[in-house]
Amino acid sequence: MSDVTFISHDGEKREAPLEEGASLMQIAVDNMVPGVDGDCGGEAACGTCHVIVDDQWVAEVGRSGPVEEEMLAMNPEREPASRLACQMRVSENWDGLVVRLPEFQM
Amino acid sequence: MTEGRALVVGASHAGVQVAAGLRQEGWAGEIVAVGDEPALPYQRPPLSKAYLAGKSSLEELAIRKAEFYDKHDISLVQGTVTQIDRAAQQVVLSDGTTMAYAGLALCTGGRARSLSVSGIDLSGIFYLRTFADVASIRAWAAPGHHAVIVGGGYIGLETAASLRALGLEVTVLEAAERVLERVTAPEVSSFYERVHRDAGVVIRTAALVKAMAGDDRVREVVLDGGERIPADLVIVGVGLVPNTELAADAGLLVEDGIVIDDLACTSDPRIVAAGDCASHRMARYDRLVRLESVPSAGEQAKTAAATLCGKERPIAALPWFWSDQYDLKLQIAGLNTGYDELVLSGDPTRDRDFTCYYLQQGRLLAADCVNRPRDFMKAKQVISRGLDVDRAQLKAARAS
Repeated sequence: MSDVTFISHDGEKREAPLEEGASLMQIAVDNMVPGVDGDCGGEAACGTCHVIVDDQWVAEVGRSGPVEEEMLAMNPEREPASRLACQMRVSENWDGLVVRLPEFQM
Repeated sequence: MTEGRALVVGASHAGVQVAAGLRQEGWAGEIVAVGDEPALPYQRPPLSKAYLAGKSSLEELAIRKAEFYDKHDISLVQGTVTQIDRAAQQVVLSDGTTMAYAGLALCTGGRARSLSVSGIDLSGIFYLRTFADVASIRAWAAPGHHAVIVGGGYIGLETAASLRALGLEVTVLEAAERVLERVTAPEVSSFYERVHRDAGVVIRTAALVKAMAGDDRVREVVLDGGERIPADLVIVGVGLVPNTELAADAGLLVEDGIVIDDLACTSDPRIVAAGDCASHRMARYDRLVRLESVPSAGEQAKTAAATLCGKERPIAALPWFWSDQYDLKLQIAGLNTGYDELVLSGDPTRDRDFTCYYLQQGRLLAADCVNRPRDFMKAKQVISRGLDVDRAQLKAARAS
């Protein structure tokens, strides 16, 4: 089974099984990963599923699209590899994916 | 006290979040959520939006997949709780069975406010609160038919947009002088009236409904002045009534909603409540506020779960809301009650993106952001932290 690792702001690691076709936000909340809220249910309306994709995964996973960009632009913890997890559709090539979580979800 | 059964009454947004939060916060015993609907707990906001317009399935609406509840050992029980016996720490269900609890959360939500006019029971008249309501509406919503929507609030307007997408003719009847009167500034109301009219919706304000008329089904909506508006179906969206009877009967303090403090405790500190059914005494606004908002339900629920687990996680997040109509995403930060000044960025009489800022004594209180997510995110921060605002900067352009 393929896995994703969420690393919290203070370095704590949480692994969760990946499910192809689901959003990364859904995977985080289904596995109760602390630090990912997903308040709006995946509408890109709240910005509470902010993750930062590990450098080595950026090419595979891709950067934020225009909708995410609008939501992330004002976020003080924003980094170049920031994404909204609700807009990340899990692909079969993502086994071993690593994302970091910000200190605060806005 | 995290042994024994935690019982959650209600299995919608707040109830599911309390159940999940209890497990996350370390509740060791059984967790049971009792809901009265047959479906797996589902998201309500899309009901009047994507789900009504046929763009998503009930399965996609599930708040959590079925496996989630198994995996985290959360039991979902279909049933209706009719009584709380606080002394015996148990509830009674409508089938007469009892269920003991060590911790109790009330997430009873609300029901659609009914319209008491003659003919309201005719077939073809619907409310919009549950997926079953929407399934009925969709069965009646044939392209070319005329839908009359009673109520020009968010539900009514979202429904209008979704029914237009399905090819229906739509008339919205609003009793007040403008749509969204209770929640937005006149400028924002005018904007939504313009947008809906441009989309072919007939908006009638100051239109009081006196009766529904028909034969084996509704045929006309009769206005106060006697005018009769032909209708193939009618959808009533005139607000929500919080389900507080259970709490009131148990002697808990109810003022509009079940009164809760910053830790989501009711007047009995051993019982918590969250969501549409709860009135929270908010320091930010110095009054009781009952919010009908999924994000607030989630925030209160997380607090309620922590409280039952003996932890302190006060309700802190700024209230916010969203509404999708056509290509417009409205995001609202904060509550605008008591504003004394408006600042507009963009021109709502012309544009399809603008922000309406609400100020009170020079401080930012709330913001309605239409297709302006950056303004929304910025406003959320400014309001939450009570930062100073520069009117010229607000007005100038999109946040940057």
